[in-house]
Amino acid sequence: MSAPLLKVENVSKRFGGFTALDSVHVSINPGERFGLIGPNGSGKTTLINCISGSLRNDTGSIVFGGEEIGKLPAYVRLRRGIARSFQIPRPFRSMTVLENLLIPIDFGGHGQSSRQAMDEVGVILEKMGLASKADVMSSQLSQVELRKMELARAMAARPKLLISDEAMAGLSSSEIDEVLALLFKLNGEGITIIMIEHIMHAVMRFSQRLVCLEAGRIICEGTPQEVVGNARVQEAYLGA
Amino acid sequence: MRWTGFWIGAALFLVLAYASTFMVTNTFFFFVGYVMLQFVVLATAWNILGGYAGYVNFGTSAFFGVGVYTAVALFKAFALPLPLQILAAAVVGTALGVATGMMTLRLRGIFYSIATVALVIILETFVVNWKFVGGAAGIQIVRPSLPSFFPTYEGMLFVVAAVLVVIAVAVARYVEGSWIGRGLRAIRDDELAAECSGVPTLRLKLIACGISGALMCAIGAPNPMYQQFAIPGAAFELPYSVSPLAMALIGGTAHWIGPVLGALLLSATQQYLSVTISSELSLLALGVMLVLFVIAAPEGLVGLLRKVGLFKTGTVRPSNEKGKGT
Amino acid sequence: MSFDFELLRDAIVFGLLLGCFYAAVSLGLSVAFGLLDVPHLAYPAFLVLGSYGTYMLYTLGFDPLVAGVILTPVFFVLGILMYRIYYETFEKRGADSGVRGLAFFFGVMFIIEVAIIQMFGVDQRTVSASYIGRSLEIGEMRIPNRLIVAFIVALVIAATLYLYLSRTFTGRAIRAVAQDEGALRLMGANPVAIKQWAFGIATATLALAGALLIIVAPIEPTLDRAYIGRTFCVVVMAGLGSMGGTLIAGIILGVAEEVVKIYGASWAPAISFGLLLVILAVRPQGLFGR
Repeated sequence: MSAPLLKVENVSKRFGGFTALDSVHVSINPGERFGLIGPNGSGKTTLINCISGSLRNDTGSIVFGGEEIGKLPAYVRLRRGIARSFQIPRPFRSMTVLENLLIPIDFGGHGQSSRQAMDEVGVILEKMGLASKADVMSSQLSQVELRKMELARAMAARPKLLISDEAMAGLSSSEIDEVLALLFKLNGEGITIIMIEHIMHAVMRFSQRLVCLEAGRIICEGTPQEVVGNARVQEAYLGA
Repeated sequence: MRWTGFWIGAALFLVLAYASTFMVTNTFFFFVGYVMLQFVVLATAWNILGGYAGYVNFGTSAFFGVGVYTAVALFKAFALPLPLQILAAAVVGTALGVATGMMTLRLRGIFYSIATVALVIILETFVVNWKFVGGAAGIQIVRPSLPSFFPTYEGMLFVVAAVLVVIAVAVARYVEGSWIGRGLRAIRDDELAAECSGVPTLRLKLIACGISGALMCAIGAPNPMYQQFAIPGAAFELPYSVSPLAMALIGGTAHWIGPVLGALLLSATQQYLSVTISSELSLLALGVMLVLFVIAAPEGLVGLLRKVGLFKTGTVRPSNEKGKGT
Repeated sequence: MSFDFELLRDAIVFGLLLGCFYAAVSLGLSVAFGLLDVPHLAYPAFLVLGSYGTYMLYTLGFDPLVAGVILTPVFFVLGILMYRIYYETFEKRGADSGVRGLAFFFGVMFIIEVAIIQMFGVDQRTVSASYIGRSLEIGEMRIPNRLIVAFIVALVIAATLYLYLSRTFTGRAIRAVAQDEGALRLMGANPVAIKQWAFGIATATLALAGALLIIVAPIEPTLDRAYIGRTFCVVVMAGLGSMGGTLIAGIILGVAEEVVKIYGASWAPAISFGLLLVILAVRPQGLFGR
């Protein structure tokens, strides 16, 4: 097996007296579709905040592509190839969809010329089904369009690893299928994807490997079937 | 390139300003004009951080006052000529801006704002206790001899202010259209999302702080020469903090023309009111207008003009094509 | 300067009394800014407005403290109105409220200042009462009664507010709204109504605090600027929303100011702002913050 793309070792994070992550180990291979589940407050978002750099881990190491990135600021991690979407969409509200996508292109450190940049944005918008919305203000988008734009903006950074934080929350089932198909397509192009999701059938269908967090600890890891069949996981979800 | 048009306009403005020093004999014209230009620079400088990045500086008067006293100190100690005083003030302003930013820009915006209020009082207290530049009682400035190509002192300072206006507006316009401006705009919209989209947020904010501070201090430097006097109470006066902020917000913060319009309109109104009625009332008018505008017209005059179709902006293109859109 | 023990002792005692007064004038801000997250820059202007209100009633023959009590409900209503405007125009619109919200309060502060100048002029104003002007003598020490009155009333305000926030249902709801609006909504409470009420109470404390202000020392229309430093310094030093911390932070500021005054009164205005900057740079979560 090739070297892992992302290796999270012994990562802990505390907020005051509250332990959000307790020595978490995760290893993700290049090209993998990886699912992260767990009840509310179990530390999923904290973990990806630590990976993407919005938070600093207190202990442990985060190695991406063979490099320790735990001390790097978020914008540098993006340039190394880690892009994310947000649970609650965070568009740049004063900008159009197109301008939103130009931010990671301008600052992603790939040095495209403006013509290349426009072409690239065009391709991404087409792929995401947002081509007709390019000049619409992002504050005017519908919920599903916002979700797509979040993913499109992450894609514009040309990531190696894409972290999708509950990109399907609040969407209808046909919209879920739409977003899911998009993520499959991106993965097919070689992008490693971490999916955080509450919608079980989606994450079951998508993931090759699944990890379940509870109270900041990993309680189970394996294939989707193994994890869902696990007694502790069921307990965590149904409440003990 | 829209810059060609801009520079032609700027050159025309400077030629007119210089010509007026020979043609206009009424010193009141230069008195009013100087103050108006001074506020154009301050409002434009404020807008680079406050408007583009959304970090509110309540301490414009701290920077202005430091500019005033940098000039006073250098003039008294070394009899440095005015252009060098301005340059030195800009350097000090950059340092002060970056230092203030380093202390507080990691925190939420409100803390930066409070820190800038603190800066005014701390620096004013420092100058009050600094005997070399006159302390609380102030200091008289004896103007050096006038360069021969200017007919009057008032005229020369008016032209100096005009040059600073051109520099400030050109810098603001450049920042707005460049990658810096786009990054700042992303920061204002959503700082976390900006950072996660590759924007080096802290560095950009520090750059904006430095530029803004440099311009504010620079326009402070000629002030003692203009007043022939400097006193901490006046140099660090609150109106210098409120007015630029109000002018930028009333004019509109999204476009460089906003602060310029706001400054011209408001300082003209203010001077008219303080001459005809009282200076307190002119300040009251400013406060009332500020509150009304932020409630009723959040996009300022530029937004209003845009609404009625008098003012158009193109869509923004990638930054290495800067200048195409404004 | 030779070391003078008596001067230092007096400074510490005065600072302690003054510090409790500083805490009392900051309590409302601790609620408004610390708990409700409203960047209430006009807070000190309302404090000074409270003082001028007291002065006005005093000229009509009321005792300053009684005037403060009379003004309390007026300020409560004023606070509710202020929050209403702030909420409707800024909080409700969400995202871009930052710059304009701050500018709004800055403008309000300015309007209050100039309005006071227009009505009362720029001269200093004082009040007198039986407890102003005399001193309590303990050994060689003379403590002005006005400071002792301010100290006692300050403690009463602090204790009342503390009990209100920790013991009553509404008080606990106010603390809850600061932490989790969603949960409160689930419990069937309206967060906006609670915030509005809390802002009213925060403003109401300023009536009595304003009365104390004019009892402690003469006032002038632009006194609010010094109190931007003092109130925000105390609230930030305490850790946002910490009532007990507010008292301790107030005392630290009071003692620091009085001790520095021994060495040079002209540096005094910079103390609170300097402390504030240091705290922001070194420990922004405050001494007692999470």
